[in-house]
Amino acid sequence: MIRRLDVRSLVAAFGAAVALTSCGGGTTQTSAPAGSGAAPTAAADSAGASNVTGKVTFTGTPPKAAPIKLSSDPFCQNANPGLTAETEIVAPGGAIQNVFVYVKDGLGNRTFTAPAEPVVLDQKGCQYTPHVLGIQVGQPMQIVNSDDTLHNVHGMAKANKEFNTGQPIQGMKMTHTFSTKEVMLPFKCDVHGWMHAWVGVLDHPYYAVTGPDGTFSLKGLPAGTYTIEAWHETLGTQTQTVTIGAGETRDVAFAFKAS
Amino acid sequence: MLLPLFAALVAASTAVLIFAGGLVTSTGSGLSVPDWPSTYGWFMWAFPVSKMVGGIFYEHAHRLIASTVGFLIVVLAIWLGRAEPRRWVRRLGYLALAAVVTQGILGGITVLWYLPDAISIAHASLAQIVFCLTVTIALATSTGWKSGYIADPQGPRRIDDSVEAGLRSAKREGRHARLNTAPNDRTLQRVAIVTTAVIFVQILIGATMRHTGAGLAIPDFPLAFGDLIPPHWDSKIAIHFAHRVGAATVAVFIIATAGHVFAHHARRAELRRPAILLLVLLALQITLGALTVLSGKQFIINSLHVVNGALVLVTSLVLTLRAHRARFADTGSADAGSAQRDPVRGAGSRTRDDQGRSWTRRGARA
Repeated sequence: MIRRLDVRSLVAAFGAAVALTSCGGGTTQTSAPAGSGAAPTAAADSAGASNVTGKVTFTGTPPKAAPIKLSSDPFCQNANPGLTAETEIVAPGGAIQNVFVYVKDGLGNRTFTAPAEPVVLDQKGCQYTPHVLGIQVGQPMQIVNSDDTLHNVHGMAKANKEFNTGQPIQGMKMTHTFSTKEVMLPFKCDVHGWMHAWVGVLDHPYYAVTGPDGTFSLKGLPAGTYTIEAWHETLGTQTQTVTIGAGETRDVAFAFKAS
Repeated sequence: MLLPLFAALVAASTAVLIFAGGLVTSTGSGLSVPDWPSTYGWFMWAFPVSKMVGGIFYEHAHRLIASTVGFLIVVLAIWLGRAEPRRWVRRLGYLALAAVVTQGILGGITVLWYLPDAISIAHASLAQIVFCLTVTIALATSTGWKSGYIADPQGPRRIDDSVEAGLRSAKREGRHARLNTAPNDRTLQRVAIVTTAVIFVQILIGATMRHTGAGLAIPDFPLAFGDLIPPHWDSKIAIHFAHRVGAATVAVFIIATAGHVFAHHARRAELRRPAILLLVLLALQITLGALTVLSGKQFIINSLHVVNGALVLVTSLVLTLRAHRARFADTGSADAGSAQRDPVRGAGSRTRDDQGRSWTRRGARA
């Protein structure tokens, strides 16, 4: 009675399980890999487009990155032995990585077409890559398991529908789209409790995630007055209002303190 | 002879299952297997052990233990249905079977619906009821229960004041009286029932606290934010504080029950032993609760707190049932015809068993 299913029947059975378990916002489907999670490029008014650039910094003594205990999965222990928590990554100069910066308000009734190019969220070395990312409503998100271990992809949505899908085999891919904006939408792997990712789902393309140098750039904005918000998973949010004319570039700085 | 042992095994396995379920919640592994009843597409029992990594270990092990306990309860219900003469015990078996099947479905639903609080709390609460049912069956099929807690009916008996008075009264009236079962003590019966009910409510509050993420809403112990009463409130602090107040209430009732047993029934081992055990488990439970908070919900301590709470409940239940032993009719080969309510029954009295048969039997004993 007890038998191990072959890979093909496993995938088929797993597909049925996905159909049962994932009632996610938008849709979830299997698709071929394509491209990478590129920064937004679309702009409503390309002529005389403006930019908001800046840097996010941390003031005070930055916390030490806590090591993660990986012993519950031998694969993770071998694949990424020095893994530390990504909750606060502060460079020596005070720059903060993984801050999601976006236009919160000021775009009015403008509408934007979602890019067809998928954003990729990879599970590699028992961590999500990238840790923080943005995506537009309707834009496909391709979720990949690059690890030779099991992951479950648990999108803990509030505005969209929650979903939880297993990826037990290395190389498995799934595509998911979101039906409404949500900042931020947490992703979690319940198998590996330290694995978290944050996804900003917006109905426009004006967002960015700070890199190791803490800088960001919102390109191609129409002239106007905007509320810019910077979000960090543990440090909270900060907002600033900027007014930019056609063709201008404004610099905005955000400074977080230890909470 | 084997049935009581098997019933005890089922009850013990239910306790193990509750501990395993506690580990799932304490480690946050409830959704680490997204499908149900399959496991990542595998038939549950065919899932490779090598793939039981991270949270899957806790969630999948919980499913395996649960299905094993479910199978044991199926066997128990069939066994009782074929071998047990008392209808109410047979019905307990069927009820336990229905409860464990419902419990399994609730467990599946809570996974498929992403752990909604209401379903998860219901799952945790029904687990306690399943445990209570299996313990009640184990108790009802035990030789002690069947004998009415008279170890040697022909030898020296453990007679307390109420029985002694009954015997004297029967002698005065010229009746031939004999002791056939443990005596009724209405006060003990009432306080034990209330204690068991209070413990169950406390467990419901605890389950609500766990599944709403309020376990560390008050981060210090024994004080709350440095005060006796929390200086500020929200729903999580309220449910957490209710659990602490519940613990104090449970402690009062357990001490009252145990105190009554020691004061009035110290010679009745079937009451004294669970009363002592209740006090020990209560002390352990409060210690584990404090350590759960102070350790930041260390998952093993947290899970021990869950299973020990269940042990407090069933110990109180056993004490309650034993206090009511005289109210249960006895039928079956060993104890047919013993009195239902009167611990001191005159010879030749008319009695009725739980299947509605009645007869007169001279000198019948429990």
